[in-house]
Amino acid sequence: MAKYLLLKHYRGAPAAVNDVPMDQWTPDEVDAHVQFMRDFADRLEETGEFVDTQALSPEGTFVRYGGEGRPPVTDGPFAETKDLIAGWYIIDVESWDRAVQLAGELSAAPGAGGKPIHEWLEVRPFYGEPSTVAE
Amino acid sequence: MNEALLRDLVPAVIGVLVRRGADFVAAEDAVQDALVEAVRVWPDDPPRDPKGWLVTAAWRKFLDAARADASRRHREARVEDEPMPGPSEAADDTLQLYLLCAHPSLTPASAVALTLRAVGGLTTRQIAQAYLVPEATMAQRISRAKRTVSGVRFDRPGDVATVLRVLYLVFNEGYSGDVDLAGEAIRLTRQLAAKTNHEEAAGLLALMLLHHARRPARTGPDGRLVPLAEQDRSLWNTRLIAEGVDVLQAALTRDRLGEFQAQAAIAALHADAQTAEETDWVQIVEWYDELVRLTDSPVVRLNRAVAVGEADGPRAGLTALAGLDPALPRHTAVAAYLHERDGDPVIAARLYAEAAQSASSLPERDHLTRQAARLNAQLRS
Repeated sequence: MAKYLLLKHYRGAPAAVNDVPMDQWTPDEVDAHVQFMRDFADRLEETGEFVDTQALSPEGTFVRYGGEGRPPVTDGPFAETKDLIAGWYIIDVESWDRAVQLAGELSAAPGAGGKPIHEWLEVRPFYGEPSTVAE
Repeated sequence: MNEALLRDLVPAVIGVLVRRGADFVAAEDAVQDALVEAVRVWPDDPPRDPKGWLVTAAWRKFLDAARADASRRHREARVEDEPMPGPSEAADDTLQLYLLCAHPSLTPASAVALTLRAVGGLTTRQIAQAYLVPEATMAQRISRAKRTVSGVRFDRPGDVATVLRVLYLVFNEGYSGDVDLAGEAIRLTRQLAAKTNHEEAAGLLALMLLHHARRPARTGPDGRLVPLAEQDRSLWNTRLIAEGVDVLQAALTRDRLGEFQAQAAIAALHADAQTAEETDWVQIVEWYDELVRLTDSPVVRLNRAVAVGEADGPRAGLTALAGLDPALPRHTAVAAYLHERDGDPVIAARLYAEAAQSASSLPERDHLTRQAARLNAQLRS
């Protein structure tokens, strides 16, 4: 088994096929989307592939060390062009192919008109522990 | 075996050990060990005197630990094996334990964790699950908290108000996870209100009962938030409401109004309305005026603006909102609501979408997005 991060972006990913802001959907379409996301998490738990999912608020700030005796330096929020992460799933699956398959299914979440959003999700492998039998 | 009843005994048993000379840190550990044993042994062999059993078991655990400690230091140390004789119930130390666990030297998160363990008798694992942190993290938080208060004198009277704030935090953490923190907060507040004659303890208990009564109606089957006005009031728990109102009325007759009593009075007025339309908003605004006087809190003023909007119309509500800091949590959502009531769906839809961006939880974000979507759909048709 290997762990993968399925990363969802508020912005920074290529535009989705069905790219309509959520507040322009009908209330029923919003409901259908929320239900799809709940069901997806449940399904991963049932298959024994779920590790974690979290959603992030869009509001954030960059922070760095400001030097000895000084407060941290903060910057942002940044212009619309910057990458902005919305949330993630962590899954533990048999193969890269399975991770890609699940990301594809998640990207099919319904959006405006009840049609799949075709949202771009980023799939990133976790570094694992060094194998004990590879030496 | 009723786990809640078992845990009711925890603070008193810790108190007995401390009075016999155990320090707080060791006493708390010993009682946790005794609880584990009780859970194992009692189902097959229930004790006639559960508290006496726990005192004896915890005292043995304490002696075992002290002996192990001592033998590490000097091999020949001898410790008395049997529990000390003497009265086990001269005084009730439960209140002292509440005060210790909510000591002002602790951060709120530490006070919450320590209260749930030492007063509530929850295991570290249960508390960690409830707060969605690793068990090792919670264990560390609790042991640091115990070290912080270990120098505090156990019998020094403290401030009940700090305990109430801790219990209020626990209650507000809500309903997720295997441990029902809201139910646990009610249990601990009920116990505290019984031990003290503090009218705000009663006020907090009433507030919790009245809010808890609405819990089945507050979320839909799909997990969505259902706003007060749209709740199915037949789902409200009338027994809890009746108890909450009784507790509140008894507290109010003592004529020492406080924040929690005033909040409970508002919750009681909502509970009293058979339909949302029957809500006595005029009286609710009066209670908010009391709350502003008591707390001068901007969050209270924000909630007051909503009530004013219902009592005197959305224009009055917007006027009440005008003086408040737009950075306040939920300010934009309140503005959206009042603008919609004022017949301005365009502004309201924009504000709801904006409020969704700064929501503090997913259900809240989904709810606000749904409101924006609803208005935008109306505007298109």
